[in-house]
Amino acid sequence: MSGRDYRDYVNPVVRNMPPSGIRRFFDLASEMSGVISLGVGEPDFVTPWHVRESCIWALEKGYTMYTSNQGLLELRTEIAGHLEGRYGLRYDPKKEILVTVGSSEALDLALRALVVPGDEVVIPEPCYVSYGPATLFSGGVPVYVGTGVTDGFQVTASRVEKVLTPRSKVLLLCYPNNPTGAVMEKKNLWELAELAAAKDLIVISDEIYDSLVYGVSHLPLAGLPGLRDRTVLINGLSKAYAMTGWRLGYAAGNAAFIEAMTKIHQYTMLCAPITAQMAAIEALRNGTGSVARMVREYDRRRRLVVRSFNEMGLYCFEPKGAFYAFPDVSSTGLSGAEFAERLLVEEKVAVVPGGAFGPSGEGFVRCAYAASLEDLAEALKRIARFVGRLRRPAAPVGLGALGQA
Amino acid sequence: MAALNGVEARSVLEVLESNARLAPAEIAGMLGLEAGEVERLIREMEEKRVIIKYHTLVNWEKFGDEKVSALIEVRVAPQREVGFDAVAERIYRYPEVKTVRLMSGAYDLVVLVEGTSLKEVALFVATKLSALEDVLSTTTHFVLKSYKHEGVILEDGETDRRLVVTP
Repeated sequence: MSGRDYRDYVNPVVRNMPPSGIRRFFDLASEMSGVISLGVGEPDFVTPWHVRESCIWALEKGYTMYTSNQGLLELRTEIAGHLEGRYGLRYDPKKEILVTVGSSEALDLALRALVVPGDEVVIPEPCYVSYGPATLFSGGVPVYVGTGVTDGFQVTASRVEKVLTPRSKVLLLCYPNNPTGAVMEKKNLWELAELAAAKDLIVISDEIYDSLVYGVSHLPLAGLPGLRDRTVLINGLSKAYAMTGWRLGYAAGNAAFIEAMTKIHQYTMLCAPITAQMAAIEALRNGTGSVARMVREYDRRRRLVVRSFNEMGLYCFEPKGAFYAFPDVSSTGLSGAEFAERLLVEEKVAVVPGGAFGPSGEGFVRCAYAASLEDLAEALKRIARFVGRLRRPAAPVGLGALGQA
Repeated sequence: MAALNGVEARSVLEVLESNARLAPAEIAGMLGLEAGEVERLIREMEEKRVIIKYHTLVNWEKFGDEKVSALIEVRVAPQREVGFDAVAERIYRYPEVKTVRLMSGAYDLVVLVEGTSLKEVALFVATKLSALEDVLSTTTHFVLKSYKHEGVILEDGETDRRLVVTP
């Protein structure tokens, strides 16, 4: 025994990074059986068969080698076609698109390529759990901007402006939003675009949920006046095509940014897996129908979930994107964490406390409605029973358990 | 009011087709409609026989029942005035016959017959189907295994393998 504490050798930035707030909750939930999980940030669909089949075919044909660092040109061309067809955005597949290992890698590359230690990265919260840590790992300083239910969890230019300093460099956005399901209204986007241009901010826009919108159209940040070259657009196949485990994402932006990101990618990752790239070509080429079917299905579940929460007296604003509902549970007198933990223990339904995504998420819980209708209906019944019990603490246990909202 | 041929009616049908046991209130919740309106749409579509029947897909084999089914290609001499319809009707009236379809190609009707034994089905074909006056010939194919029925994979290994909580 040397008696050494090897933790002392770990880079303090890493050592001092708190583990994800979701982690503890995950450990608790995984030890229980019979849990219906609304805590999952991925589709409940498996990847459409035509996509899986094309990957199997590619393996049979021997596509098992490295690809170019930027990814197969055929795939980049498909991505460029997809962005142009859907949004009218034009990117040169040879210089302005990079295929990455999930959109997470694209985000990491963008931050590392752009952030000089000490630069500030402005992040609206509640937000995806990795934005802050990824910023810190890149040497940047995360500066959070709270959003709230009164603005439909949209970030406004005036709120961003208040936190800007001479070191502010990057604005990191994610709309449609995880965890709230919020999408940005046009007016708010335009004001943000003006602010970014006026204050010389670079926008990293994580648009991984862009295909999952309901009754509205998604407006990419890069499509706003003056933002095309100022924006690194990040997307991937995970959510729209139910391909989370394939780890395939991409970044699109001006040639200088993409070249810089490619440099890091080439030395650290080489390339995204060719199997996933082959599957992605098929998904982008022929997957529109599959996506539409899944979106239709999510929309039905979304309405059911939002209506049910409101009927239980847990106010839930209407999320117009992603597959999350974000009800306010503060009227129960519990914090989001207490609510989630007791709901899990007492009724075996897993949701994620909103506080795990930032202080503005406190008092809320994130419910992913990417679950089968049967599971959703049962989970909502259990939540209603749980909320009913919280509201009528004096009622006899037997009767309380029978009461259904 | 939602029209019978409108988007709402189509959505109600799609939802019901995948699960006929959903209550109108549940369907209404999913589609953003009023329960009364869904009830009315369903009633009207039942009356018009757009909705024909609420069906349960049963895996009888799993229940323990022996079932034998056969797909029979039937060549028919069409009749004046009524074409294939008259002979099709004589065939589909038999309760043993589950499905009858008129086909293009080398034969005319395809008939799905169900019974409890090979012998029973064979006997039905020999004594009832082939014996029909306008039936020229039959070819019987016994079903060995069903993989997928009405869009449903009967033994699906694709269970939910996701972790319980992910960011």
